[in-house]
Amino acid sequence: MVEVTLWGSLSTVAGGKAKHDIEAKDIRELFRKLAEQYPGIEPWIDRGIAVAIDGTIYRDTWSKELPEDAEIFLLPRLAGG
Amino acid sequence: MNFDPRFTGRKFSSVGTRPLRPDGIDKVTGRARYGADFNMAGQLVGRILRSPHAHAVIKSIDTSKAEKLAGVKAVITAKDLPDLTDGDAAMYDILDNSMARKKALYDGHAVAAVAAIDARIARQALKLIEVDYEVLPHVTDVDEAAHHHAPLINDQVFTEGLEEKPAKPSNITKRTQFGHGDVHKGFAEADFVIERSFKTEQTHQGYIEPHACVASVNPDGTADLWVCTQGHFVYRQHCAQLLGLEASKLRVTSSEIGGGFGGKTHVWAEPVALALSRKAGRPVKLVMTRDEVFRASGPTSATSIDVRIGAKKDGTITAAEATLRYSCGPYAGSWAEIGAMTAFACYKLENVKTVGFEVLVNRPKTAAYRAPSAPMAAFAVESSIDELAREIGMDAVDFRIKNAAQEGTRASYGPVYGPIGIGPTLEAVKKHPHMKAPLKANQGRGMACGFWFNFGGQTCVDLNIGMDGSVSLAVGTVDVGGSRASLSLVAAEELGIDYSQLKAIVADTSSLGYNDMTDGSRGTFSSSMATISAARNAILILRDRAAQMWDIPVEDVVWEKGHAIAKGEKYGNLSPLSLKDIAAKSGTTGGPIAGHSELVADGAGVSFATHICDIEVDPETGATRVIRYTVVQDAGKAVHPTYVEGQYQGGAAQGIGWALNEEYIYGKDGRLQNAGFLDYRIPVCSDLPMIDTQILEIPNPNHPYGVRGVGETSIVPPLAAIANAVSNAVGVRMTHIPMSPPRILAALDAEREG
Amino acid sequence: MAGVAVSTTINGDAVEYLCQPDETLLEVLRDRLGLTGAKEGCGTGDCGACSVIVDGRLVCSCLVLGAEAEGRKVETIEGMAHGDQLHPLQQKFIEHAALQCGICTPGFLIAAKDLLAKNPSPTEEEIRFGLAGNLCRCTGYDKIVRAVQDAANVMKGA
Repeated sequence: MVEVTLWGSLSTVAGGKAKHDIEAKDIRELFRKLAEQYPGIEPWIDRGIAVAIDGTIYRDTWSKELPEDAEIFLLPRLAGG
Repeated sequence: MNFDPRFTGRKFSSVGTRPLRPDGIDKVTGRARYGADFNMAGQLVGRILRSPHAHAVIKSIDTSKAEKLAGVKAVITAKDLPDLTDGDAAMYDILDNSMARKKALYDGHAVAAVAAIDARIARQALKLIEVDYEVLPHVTDVDEAAHHHAPLINDQVFTEGLEEKPAKPSNITKRTQFGHGDVHKGFAEADFVIERSFKTEQTHQGYIEPHACVASVNPDGTADLWVCTQGHFVYRQHCAQLLGLEASKLRVTSSEIGGGFGGKTHVWAEPVALALSRKAGRPVKLVMTRDEVFRASGPTSATSIDVRIGAKKDGTITAAEATLRYSCGPYAGSWAEIGAMTAFACYKLENVKTVGFEVLVNRPKTAAYRAPSAPMAAFAVESSIDELAREIGMDAVDFRIKNAAQEGTRASYGPVYGPIGIGPTLEAVKKHPHMKAPLKANQGRGMACGFWFNFGGQTCVDLNIGMDGSVSLAVGTVDVGGSRASLSLVAAEELGIDYSQLKAIVADTSSLGYNDMTDGSRGTFSSSMATISAARNAILILRDRAAQMWDIPVEDVVWEKGHAIAKGEKYGNLSPLSLKDIAAKSGTTGGPIAGHSELVADGAGVSFATHICDIEVDPETGATRVIRYTVVQDAGKAVHPTYVEGQYQGGAAQGIGWALNEEYIYGKDGRLQNAGFLDYRIPVCSDLPMIDTQILEIPNPNHPYGVRGVGETSIVPPLAAIANAVSNAVGVRMTHIPMSPPRILAALDAEREG
Repeated sequence: MAGVAVSTTINGDAVEYLCQPDETLLEVLRDRLGLTGAKEGCGTGDCGACSVIVDGRLVCSCLVLGAEAEGRKVETIEGMAHGDQLHPLQQKFIEHAALQCGICTPGFLIAAKDLLAKNPSPTEEEIRFGLAGNLCRCTGYDKIVRAVQDAANVMKGA
């Protein structure tokens, strides 16, 4: 079980809740379970979500493991110059 | 993939030195080939017809007269670029921006194009194309466009991110929100509260090289594109999708790039050039004029930002709030979102809330510009921070040090920080002699902080060892500021050989796997990670070959300082084999020796900078002069310190232009009034002083050498640092960027009139 | 349109070409003669990327007609080095990292050569005003000014 925090706008399509406890061992499972629970999230996942694990921003590499006690934070994927 | 990206704290022999760049001679002799320097046999000249209207329905286009002109080989409109985007909204916008489909959405929007045997005939042909427009009301100002009475740019847009789906369409495409804690509670605890509103005008990246390409489409569906771009693999994906080509059959070669700064991250005229070539059956060269670059490539957002910050008497910030409205041009973007994420990233805040609104306007499609969206947010926040420090009676640097984010702080955009450099840059500024230098009459000093994320992303590198022991490094991130030098240093470091034994090139899209573009300060971060990985893979093979040459088990061979060494006393009589020795025998030990790497570079370390500047203001004319400028920034590890300094100086200079002078000026008719370098004046040599730099190195734990990106952060603090300096010089808070002489005079007049 | 026949000298070599009466020297250099070292950044004389020297005078080649080169001596970036010997300015630009993208570099080198020919010991301010007609967007000019100062010292010593 990991605790996942969604950024403000994403939480509006996840029942208005920022924090969610999800049984997921990696990013792929996390996205799948979030999308099952909140179908409104799916287009956001397609557009690209970044996953911060203990403060380090990863992209959406499916196999990236989510340690049990880690801080998991979802962020929009950004554009750069 | 067994690559371990963690920082190890090793000692360096090549990294951190300052050798000459490998592309230097080509660039000082005029031999380097940029976008417009390439030609193909039988090539035609492409030219684009652009809308003179800010907003108009295209009722019909008659190209028949143009087609009949002798020497014209193809005329195209949107019909020649059918919609193949299959519901991909972002790609549809890129397609529509390349060639308007139903409406012209800004002054300069492409509506048709021709290919002719020379430029003169192409220009003549454009005049023969008849477009019947129905002119619509337009809006170019970000605040006016956000108003519910504003002309609608796209009646299919309903604001996303609201609790309830809106009933009416709007120019606001999206609302985003970030933060944590309870700002109401925080403001209730504050002894001082500052509330200010700010505006920044739209600026252009101002790269000196206009967009240029040569496109050649063959009847069998294969194609070549030579182009100046920050990401040739991304251009290939975009063009293949928009033209219906197979990506692997479209070879894109990136030319030398004459500046990009974010403006060459997605396609503009390239799909048009390919469509012209397809229709004409000949290669087409298409080069934008400077006027077209300003009117029809992608400048940054114009913004309007409200900030509210509260603090206790002891200087502790209790709450911070910002509302940010960013213009996107006529297509949806996520620019305010980035502003909302970065605005308060420098500070340790219990209670913080930022809300961003993306606003459509009849201006060209906004593109990234160096740490996109962050400079404007930093301007608003850092100006307010200065005001708050003054109210409390604290020194501006001490106030920031007291509230600076540190390792373990929850960032205002969400996650908790690892090791970061905001505190050290502030301490370095506090100690810097610049802060103690005397000021003369009418001079003011300002300082400000800035934050940028930095990116990683998909990256691919090939490292090939020649039979003479020289090494070629093929990378897929376009070299915008010296990365071939820095990546050669990294390969030399890892292999343990001399920098002069290497040659790095940027490979075309058919020679290397996919790479994300050079954006987000990722060029050296990502490609150095892939280079290290590729070199380590090559070393595995080198050890194996040495083991064969010695006829001993590979486990007994180690790689040290560019040599294979047989480990253990029993091999005492075996002298080390150099890379050259091993390469010379490669033909008989298993063939060519190479190392490859394909990875997603994650864990780009966030970056912070603090800038100091002194400005002199002429109170009679409002004219300003930058007297002294200092940049302090964390690089993680400076691979080639000279080019890191170059990034710091270049970003500061662009920020200075933005702060004091540069802006898009639109007339009431919705037309851009200053689409040229004479009237859109970027800083020239005589406008600037030397720009001092101080490189801090707080290692990024997620890179073997500790590297962070360095390219973008340097443009984040200048707007605010200069605004604080001007405000300190004239005693009036400047809230509108650029602080051009008329704006400074108006602020002084308003102050005098009370 | 009838072409104009032009006989001129470019980087010391006699050159003949036909050009249109309204064709710029920059177009002739780049499109007819293959000398693409001079760049078009604006086409309006504002950026200096197309700088060349005509009869000892620094000009933007986008503001000169090809036909005007008749009987004159044109110097471009391609003629700045002597064989494999770089001009001190070229060498110092590389050493000081006075270029990032490099698109403005040929124009800066030509302008700096002209500046040092007229003023072998310029102050920092004289360098800054002397090169104010050339735009660079990458460097902030710091390393360019230092490279010119260093080259001036080397050239005086030579």
